[in-house]
Amino acid sequence: MTAILTLTVLFLIAISLWQVAKIFEMSQPSKNNTQVANDRDNDIQGKLMFAFLAFLYILTLYSFWKWGDVLLPAAASEHGSDYDNLMWISFALIFFVQTVTQALLHYFSYKYRGEPGKKALFYADNNRLEAIWTIIPVITLAGLILYGLYTWTNIMTVEENDEALVVELYAQQFNWKARYSGADGVLGDANVRFLQDFDGKNLVGIDATDPNGLDDIVVQELHLPVGREIIFKMRSQDVLHSAFMPHFRAQMNCVPGMITEFAFTPITTTDDMRRNPDVLAKVKKINKIRVENSKELVANGDEALEPYIFDYILLCNKICGASHYNMQMKIIVETPEEYQAWIDQQQTFAQVIQ
Amino acid sequence: MSAAEHNHEEDHGHHHKETFMTKYIFSQDHKMISKQYLITGLFMGIIGIAMSLMFRLQLAWPEKSFGIFELLLGKWAPDGVMDPNVYLALVTIHGTIMVFFVLTAGLSGTFSNLLIPLQIGARDMASGLLNMISFWLFFLSSVIMIASLFVEAGPAAAGWTIYPPLSALPQAQPGSGLGMTLWLISMAIFVASSLLGSLNYIVTVINLRVKGMSMSRLPLTIWAFFVTAIIGVVSFPVLLSAALLLIMDRSFGTSFFLSDIFIQGEVLHYQGGSPVLYEHLFWFLGHPEVYIVLLPALGITSEIIATNSRKPIFGYRAMVASIIAIAFLSTIVWGHHMFISGMNPFLGSVFTFTTLLIAIPSAVKAFNYITTLWKGNLQLNPAMLFSIGLVSTFISGGLTGIILGDSTLDINVHDTYFVVAHFHLVMGISALYGLFAGVYHWFPKMFGKMMNKNLGYFHFWVTAVCAYGVFFPMHFIGMAGLPRRYYTNTAFPYFDDIADINVVITVFALIAGAAQLVFLYNFIHSIFYGKKAEQNPWRSNTMEWTTPVEHMHGNWPGAIPEVHRWAYDYSKPGQEEDFVSQIVPLKEGEEELQH
Repeated sequence: MTAILTLTVLFLIAISLWQVAKIFEMSQPSKNNTQVANDRDNDIQGKLMFAFLAFLYILTLYSFWKWGDVLLPAAASEHGSDYDNLMWISFALIFFVQTVTQALLHYFSYKYRGEPGKKALFYADNNRLEAIWTIIPVITLAGLILYGLYTWTNIMTVEENDEALVVELYAQQFNWKARYSGADGVLGDANVRFLQDFDGKNLVGIDATDPNGLDDIVVQELHLPVGREIIFKMRSQDVLHSAFMPHFRAQMNCVPGMITEFAFTPITTTDDMRRNPDVLAKVKKINKIRVENSKELVANGDEALEPYIFDYILLCNKICGASHYNMQMKIIVETPEEYQAWIDQQQTFAQVIQ
Repeated sequence: MSAAEHNHEEDHGHHHKETFMTKYIFSQDHKMISKQYLITGLFMGIIGIAMSLMFRLQLAWPEKSFGIFELLLGKWAPDGVMDPNVYLALVTIHGTIMVFFVLTAGLSGTFSNLLIPLQIGARDMASGLLNMISFWLFFLSSVIMIASLFVEAGPAAAGWTIYPPLSALPQAQPGSGLGMTLWLISMAIFVASSLLGSLNYIVTVINLRVKGMSMSRLPLTIWAFFVTAIIGVVSFPVLLSAALLLIMDRSFGTSFFLSDIFIQGEVLHYQGGSPVLYEHLFWFLGHPEVYIVLLPALGITSEIIATNSRKPIFGYRAMVASIIAIAFLSTIVWGHHMFISGMNPFLGSVFTFTTLLIAIPSAVKAFNYITTLWKGNLQLNPAMLFSIGLVSTFISGGLTGIILGDSTLDINVHDTYFVVAHFHLVMGISALYGLFAGVYHWFPKMFGKMMNKNLGYFHFWVTAVCAYGVFFPMHFIGMAGLPRRYYTNTAFPYFDDIADINVVITVFALIAGAAQLVFLYNFIHSIFYGKKAEQNPWRSNTMEWTTPVEHMHGNWPGAIPEVHRWAYDYSKPGQEEDFVSQIVPLKEGEEELQH
């Protein structure tokens, strides 16, 4: 891989050098060089414009062929398919408009390139045309706006209910913690003022005088039961962070001084997702790359990279300082039974501070 | 302007001999100030682009050692490996410099100053003194911004949006110490400079138009600069207030943006503030700023496309209407940067609605450009290529705005590389193309020389291929979920399969960077050794080409010619030539087009 890339770079550098040499040749003053485009320039540049259209199409097709598999990972939340539908409809629309308008723009640049003796058409206005390309976008966008707002309202309306599991996501430079509300289903009050209580064992600043908080459970790994609505309450203790869970089409900023919310229902367990054909292909591809990268490491006396196993991830997506790039938490979606077994093993706040 | 006034001007010129200082340094002549803006802007541009190449190297080959890092970053790149804090500083200063110093001051400052008096038939700006002060404030703010790079703990590193608390607390990152203070001072001065400039542009366009130059005869360049200046006056003061409040929080212990913070083992005293308030204030400028950058570029493109198509711009009135519509809408869409900031989702709905509306005037503009090309007689000069290139990137980048402006879809692409790709195409590259188009087109006016067209062609094609080569694949890593402002993506094995895309992007970026050296060479070489320009090399209708090639104070010798027609009588039937200058009276029986 590295060898191919190095070769590509060298090849491109060689092309650049050749081009630079050509420039110097071209930049030599000649008698006809008035620095205003002449008929020959118009002809060449017009044809290049058409070639550029081909370049754009090839770049697009190549990118989709080569990298199409990295686009939007398979959705693992209930609203994920609504999100994806809206995304692909929008994509199809902009893809169509892009293809047509770029074609017109570059084709006209080629077709109407200056020629000796040609006179341009004096054509300054046409209200009908203007009306057409005002009204068509209006109608299209009205549709998109309505569809978008409908989906947005569905996703963002968080209704407190007894069925849902309430989880607090707690952000700090540079890690994540999660707090479960325990048996009473209510998160205890919390504030950064309490962080130093109990010799730093109060990891997310729970108010020990609030009885609701005593059964709360603070953990470093996020376990979610499949098929149950999860209502996230987000907090941050220092700077802005953003809890981004791409597989669940979920993201919300964590803001010091306020509690933000986002809710979704996971629909695929981690185990099931690992068996998804797309995910299997991705893991295979990544591990091939990691084996390749390891060769170099081993040659230098370092340890080889560990093989990659798929897991859902929570990333920080708001610049938060030096280790922003490595502020992550593993998300495990499991069956309700597995989840219950896991949560039963965790220590409550009351146990931790004893 | 009356003849008497004109005589006064001329006498004025005779009495006071200009010294080097008054002519080149503290000049009040708009043409000189425009060149000062351009050269300062280009200098800042070199720094901004060089920074981007450095962090592109880091992203393509993370944790590799580069001699160039050690050379340029010194102790911040021990053994040639970039420090994560420096990476953040580089992206921060790159953004700040490119958005404000290059594409606001360098673009708008240069061409508003050059073209407003020349195209409306004025001897200079309404206030030469304010204009001079505006430039020198800009220069001062540039110097302070550059100085901040040499601060012990490093320059500001909280992203160009400098959201608090990260930007407010020196404990949060080293760049939030003195570096951030200098950033804020620099930007406060920049805002003052921008306001003085904008007020001057507005007053000049309203009051100093020559006889016959009605608003409906103004070239679209002037419409764009005029409306841009209005947006600037409306929104820049809000950035100033945000910066001042942040200074208060940082230095005087107030709590406008801060509340409930625990950092470095300490509970801070701040209570009751909200970072979301800062976000509102910032984006109230921040979004109009996009159009402050883009509209002048579109204005320049309108003029260049019409001239070089040898056709009237299609739909003049619709073009003006869409400029005004875009300007109006631009001030009520800022919340689309904040869909997931924690603000009420209902507000998100409102901002989705207003944001997507902007697509309508934008679409009208794009279609009108394309129709202007139709059945033209295209003179494919370098300026024309950059203008066509601008329309192309404006469309490509604008379309993905439909995804980002939709609050729902924003959830998963917010702050990923998808956003980076989108705004670089639609405002970064487009505005940069506008800047280049303007330089190639008005170089004869600014310096009295011609630039080398073949080098210009080379510059365009390499840049055009590389710009798409950089930003098209970038959409893919964004859709894959990779957040922006990550020092490296090796911390997530999940992203290992996009590492090769990063390499491709960086290779294109390096070639694009090298191509800009060709432009610089052409620019500097042509100033000294370029072929002498004719008075109207592009056979254009607008008034700036009726002034003599040699610059003179007051622009026109003798009286300023009266204007008799709009700026777009290209290839008008019944005329011998395919252009008719605005100052040529209507022939007997000729009617002015109702536009």
